[in-house]
Amino acid sequence: MTAIQSITEKIKKDSKLMNKPIAEQKEHVYETSDLNLWYGENHALININLDITENEVTAIIGPSGCGKSTYIKTLNRMIELVPGVKTSGEIRYRGRNILDKSYKAEDLRTRVGMVFQKPNPFPKSIFENVAYGPKIHGIKNKKLLDEIVEKSLRGAAIWDEVKDRLNQNAYGLSGGQQQRLCIARCLAIEPDVILMDEPTSALDPISTLKVEELVQELKKEFSIIIVTHNMQQAARISDKTAFFLNGEVIEYKDTNTIFSNPTDKRTEDYITGRFG
Amino acid sequence: MAEREADSLLFQPCLGWKGVFVLALGNTEKYSVQQMIMDKKSKKSNRLNVEKIIPGLLLLTAIISVLTTLGIVFTLIFETFTFFDRVSLKEFFTAQKWYPFSETSASYGIMPLISGTLKVTGIAALVAVPIGLATAIYLSEYASEKTRRIIKPILEVLAGIPTIVYGFFALTFVTPILRSFIPSLEIFNALSPGIVVGIMITPMIASLSEDAMSSVPNSIKEGAFALGATKLETAIKVILPAAISGIMASIVLALSRAIGETMIVSVAGGSTPNLSTDVTSSIQTMTAYIVQVSTGDAGYGTTIYYSIYAVGMMLFLFTLAMNLFAQFISRKFREEY
Repeated sequence: MTAIQSITEKIKKDSKLMNKPIAEQKEHVYETSDLNLWYGENHALININLDITENEVTAIIGPSGCGKSTYIKTLNRMIELVPGVKTSGEIRYRGRNILDKSYKAEDLRTRVGMVFQKPNPFPKSIFENVAYGPKIHGIKNKKLLDEIVEKSLRGAAIWDEVKDRLNQNAYGLSGGQQQRLCIARCLAIEPDVILMDEPTSALDPISTLKVEELVQELKKEFSIIIVTHNMQQAARISDKTAFFLNGEVIEYKDTNTIFSNPTDKRTEDYITGRFG
Repeated sequence: MAEREADSLLFQPCLGWKGVFVLALGNTEKYSVQQMIMDKKSKKSNRLNVEKIIPGLLLLTAIISVLTTLGIVFTLIFETFTFFDRVSLKEFFTAQKWYPFSETSASYGIMPLISGTLKVTGIAALVAVPIGLATAIYLSEYASEKTRRIIKPILEVLAGIPTIVYGFFALTFVTPILRSFIPSLEIFNALSPGIVVGIMITPMIASLSEDAMSSVPNSIKEGAFALGATKLETAIKVILPAAISGIMASIVLALSRAIGETMIVSVAGGSTPNLSTDVTSSIQTMTAYIVQVSTGDAGYGTTIYYSIYAVGMMLFLFTLAMNLFAQFISRKFREEY
């Protein structure tokens, strides 16, 4: 059985499991047009045009250095923390260009949460980690915070594991638990979009599975964009997949189509494991 | 299939040659690296002894500083006991006056000296903690690499100025300026040296706190930014708490230095021990008293001579307590990451 066939099998199985309803007219959360990005002289993203639909999981795949992390970090402007970054073009989030200087990065990031490659909880208690977001945005009511923390931890499927030790330091948790705590922290401010930058690359297979199941749950309420170097993962969990190579989008389609019937030779080579 | 053949060819030599790896250099010369290493080793048999001697020498140097500390503490304790043979502990801690130079009615109450030291240290803390922390936050969170490269060396220069210079700066520059605001301020007072000691320890707090804050992992900072936190919110609510143990340690360390600071208070603080909370009048700190006696002509064996050891002992206990306090604080507030 060839690699393509086995992946196709998997997708068929997965989509049966998911039992996806046919989407009604869904809106675009992000519309990227002619986005270019430079790190100093290095042209890292070249003429990106990509529309991302709400309440779906959009996977971004590609070999290392293809610009997939750069792209996702541009979506909440975390890329600005890198010195010497220049951009041109537009990324419209819910219709407004976020690359416009008048768009405050803090406002954007309150709407667009992010989960990082390595779990990065704050060196605080589990409770404080989740309550941090609401707190900095002015929610002080203790009872309300309790509710938000419980809801977020339940949402991130970690409540049962931590409910008895909310006041312990988050660094006592395992890597997989820490990552789900970071997801809970992100959920606590009820974002619109969740960006995930290789969220399972530092996790063991069982924790990975848990996070993947979680993503399936979360997409009912949130739009999720996930960068992954794991093609099986993209095939398992995403609705649409974009294949990046050397800073360009080579192919962007329904996940089923891209894995079973890629148009571009380079996409096919990549997903069958010939390079990358 | 062709590839596999190439692979097996590559591996064959390794499998074939067990033991000595022989390289051919040019046409004729052949040598074995293992053999050469063996030869060198047999020539350097004393190498083994060096490996054994060096740790001993290193231990010896470590012991030197331990022994010195023990020696100082022992001397202090020994002479302090002699002092307390002549002056009761009760008088030392409860008498309201430090007046050792009177022939007839000498009084050895340490409290006025302690009050002088605490006044100066307190004022120094009020000056140094806010300025030092603000500088640290600016340097670690806001300053560009270029600004940091300019400001940090200047801070370090500030820390390297001899304290006698600070002393005259306090007496001839700060005091006159203060007196134009506070007419009742005496020439020698607690306020002016307090402020200047604060200026002196600011770089210490700034620099050590900056180190503590810079060593908070970037990923934690990114986590806060990704939740929509501003730079200030991230600095105050995430970075500062994460670095708190290092910051506390830097503050306590700096205050220990303020307690032990001698020249500034000797020059600008005066030599009138008095037990009060007034910062405008002349004071004497524990350190300044020791200087006064050491530079004066108190004879060996007099009570005054022994009193400097008792005062020194108090100073030592103060700084020791500060250090233990720092350790306690940093353990209690440590946020693991």
